Amino acid sequence: MASNTAAASPAEEVKTGFLRMSISKLILYIILGIVAVVQILPLIWLFLFSLKDNQEVFNLPPLALPSDPQWGNYARVWTEGNIGLYFFNSVIVTGTSVILTVLLASLVTFAITRMNWKLNKLVLGLFMVGLMIPVHSTLIPLFSFFSSVGLMDHHLSIILTYTAFNLPLTMMILLGFYYTLPRELEEAAVMDGCSIHRMFFRIILPITAPVVATTAIINMIYNWNEFVFVNTFISSDSLKTLTVGIQNFIGQYSTDWGAIGATLVISMLPILLAFLILSNRIVEGMTSGSVKG
Amino acid sequence: MNQIMSDKRVIALYTLPALLLISVLIYVPLVLTGYYGLMDWDGIGSMTFIGLENYAALITDGMFWSSAYHSLLLALFSVGSLVLYLAVSVVLAGNIKGADLFRKIFLIPMLLSSVAIAQLWMRIYHPTNGVMNRFLASIGIENPPLWLSDTSIVLFAIFIPIIWQYAGFYIIIYYAALKNIPKELVEAARIDGASPLQIAYKIKLPLISGVIKVTIVLAVIGSLKYFDLIYVMTDGGPNGASEVMASYMYKLAFRTNDFGYGSAVGFFLLVLILIVTYLIRKATTSKDDSIQY
Repeated sequence: MASNTAAASPAEEVKTGFLRMSISKLILYIILGIVAVVQILPLIWLFLFSLKDNQEVFNLPPLALPSDPQWGNYARVWTEGNIGLYFFNSVIVTGTSVILTVLLASLVTFAITRMNWKLNKLVLGLFMVGLMIPVHSTLIPLFSFFSSVGLMDHHLSIILTYTAFNLPLTMMILLGFYYTLPRELEEAAVMDGCSIHRMFFRIILPITAPVVATTAIINMIYNWNEFVFVNTFISSDSLKTLTVGIQNFIGQYSTDWGAIGATLVISMLPILLAFLILSNRIVEGMTSGSVKG
Repeated sequence: MNQIMSDKRVIALYTLPALLLISVLIYVPLVLTGYYGLMDWDGIGSMTFIGLENYAALITDGMFWSSAYHSLLLALFSVGSLVLYLAVSVVLAGNIKGADLFRKIFLIPMLLSSVAIAQLWMRIYHPTNGVMNRFLASIGIENPPLWLSDTSIVLFAIFIPIIWQYAGFYIIIYYAALKNIPKELVEAARIDGASPLQIAYKIKLPLISGVIKVTIVLAVIGSLKYFDLIYVMTDGGPNGASEVMASYMYKLAFRTNDFGYGSAVGFFLLVLILIVTYLIRKATTSKDDSIQY
C-alpha cells in the first residue's frame, strides 16, 4: 500500500497543484477583465448611442447595436455647429503650446544639467515647486493681468499659460534623460570647434528625440483636454477650443442623444488615435515623473 | 571646454525665457492672490484695502467650510482607492499574459477631457434613459436614485467618475514600480517558501514605498484642488451639496464678481496644499530615502 501511494502521489500532486494554480490564475484574469470592462464599457455605450436616433436610444437595450447606424449624426454636428472651427482652434493652441513648451523646457534642462553655474539647483527647485501649484490660486491675478495687457479673449493667453504650467512636468520627464548623456559628447563637439548653440540644436536635441517625443505627446493630451483656462480667458465663440466649445454646443442639443454622442466621440478621436499609435510613449511619460523620483 | 560650458550669457539666454514665463504666470499671481485677498474688489472697479476682513469672513462662512469638507472627503476617498489600484497592480505585475494590454485599457479614461467625461457620465446617470437606472430598473428596482439631483448622494455619484478617470494613471505608476523590483529578490523569497501574498506584502510593498508616498501626495493634492467634473456635472449643486473649494472660489470670482473674497479662498487653497504636502512628506519620509518629485 505504501509503495502504491508513493508511486501515485507525485503525479497527483503535480496535477492538483497545476489545477489550483490555473484556478487562481483564472480568478486573477476575471478580476482584471472586470476592471477592463468597467473602464471601457461607458465608451462603448457612448459610441453605440452616437449612432442611434432618440427612438432607439430610449427603447432599445443600452448595449444593443443600432439597427440602422446613423452616421448622419456625425455629419450633422460637424456641419451645423462650430465643431470644425473648435477643432481647428484646438489644433492651433495645442500645437503652438507643445512646440513652445518642449523647446523652452529643453533649453532650461540643458542649461541646468549640462552647464556649470552655481544657482542651477535653486532654479531647478523653482520649476519643480510649480508641479503642485493649484491653478485656481492663480486664476484671478491671471485674469486681471491678461485683461490689462489686452490678451483677454486671445489665443496667446491660453498658449502662454499652458506653456508655463506644463514646463515643470516636461522638465521632470526630460531631466532623467539629460543626466545620463555622456560628457564625451560635448567634449568632442567642443574639440571640433562647435559653438554651444550648434551643439544644442545639432547634437543634443536630436539625441534627446525619444524623450522629447514622450513629453510632446503628454503635453498634447493635457493641452487638448484643458478646460479651466479656456473657459475663463476665452469668451468669443470663434476662439473656443473643443473642450469648451462642445460644452456650449451640447447645451443646444440637450435632448438629441445621437448628436451629443457624435460630438463627444469627435472630441475624443484625436487623442484615442494618438494613443493607438503611441501608447508606449504615453505610458512612459505618465509614469516617468513619479517612478524615477 | 569648461569655459564654453559656463558661459553666463548662454546660461541666461537658455534659462531666462522659461523662468520669466513661470514667474509672470505662476509665482507673481500666487503672491497677488494673497494680496487681492486683502481687498474689496469686484474685478473691474478700484480696490479698497480692507485688511484681513475677507479672511475673517472665511472663518464664519458655512458654505466655504462645507466645500472644504467635500474636498477633504474626496481626498480620503482618493487615498482609500489607492489600495484598490495597488491590489490590481500587484496582480497585473505577476505573471499575467496580456498585462501590457490590460494596463493600456485601464488608462484610456485618463486620456479624455473632463468635459467629455462629465457629459458622458451625465448621460450614464440620466434619471430615466441613463444606463445606470435602466440597469437598476431591469433588475426590478422601482425607484432608482436621482444620482445628480439627490443632495445625499450627489457627491459620491461624482466621485465615481473621478475614480474611473484616474484609476489607470495610478495603476501604471504602481505597475512600473513593481516591475522595477529585482527578480532575484522575489525569487529568493519564493525559494524560502514565502507565499505569493507574503511576497506581495512583505517584500514588494516595502520596496515601492517611495512611489506609494508620491502617489498619496498626488492623490491628496489632486483632490483638494479638484474642479473639472464638479463644475460641469452639477456646478456644485444641488444646493451646494457637491461644492468643493475650487468650484466655490470660481463661483465667487467669476459669477458674483467678488474678486477679493474669491482671492482669499484661492490663497487659502494654496496655503492648505503647501501645508498638507509638507505634513504628508514629513510623516512618511524616513531617513533612508530621498524621494523627489
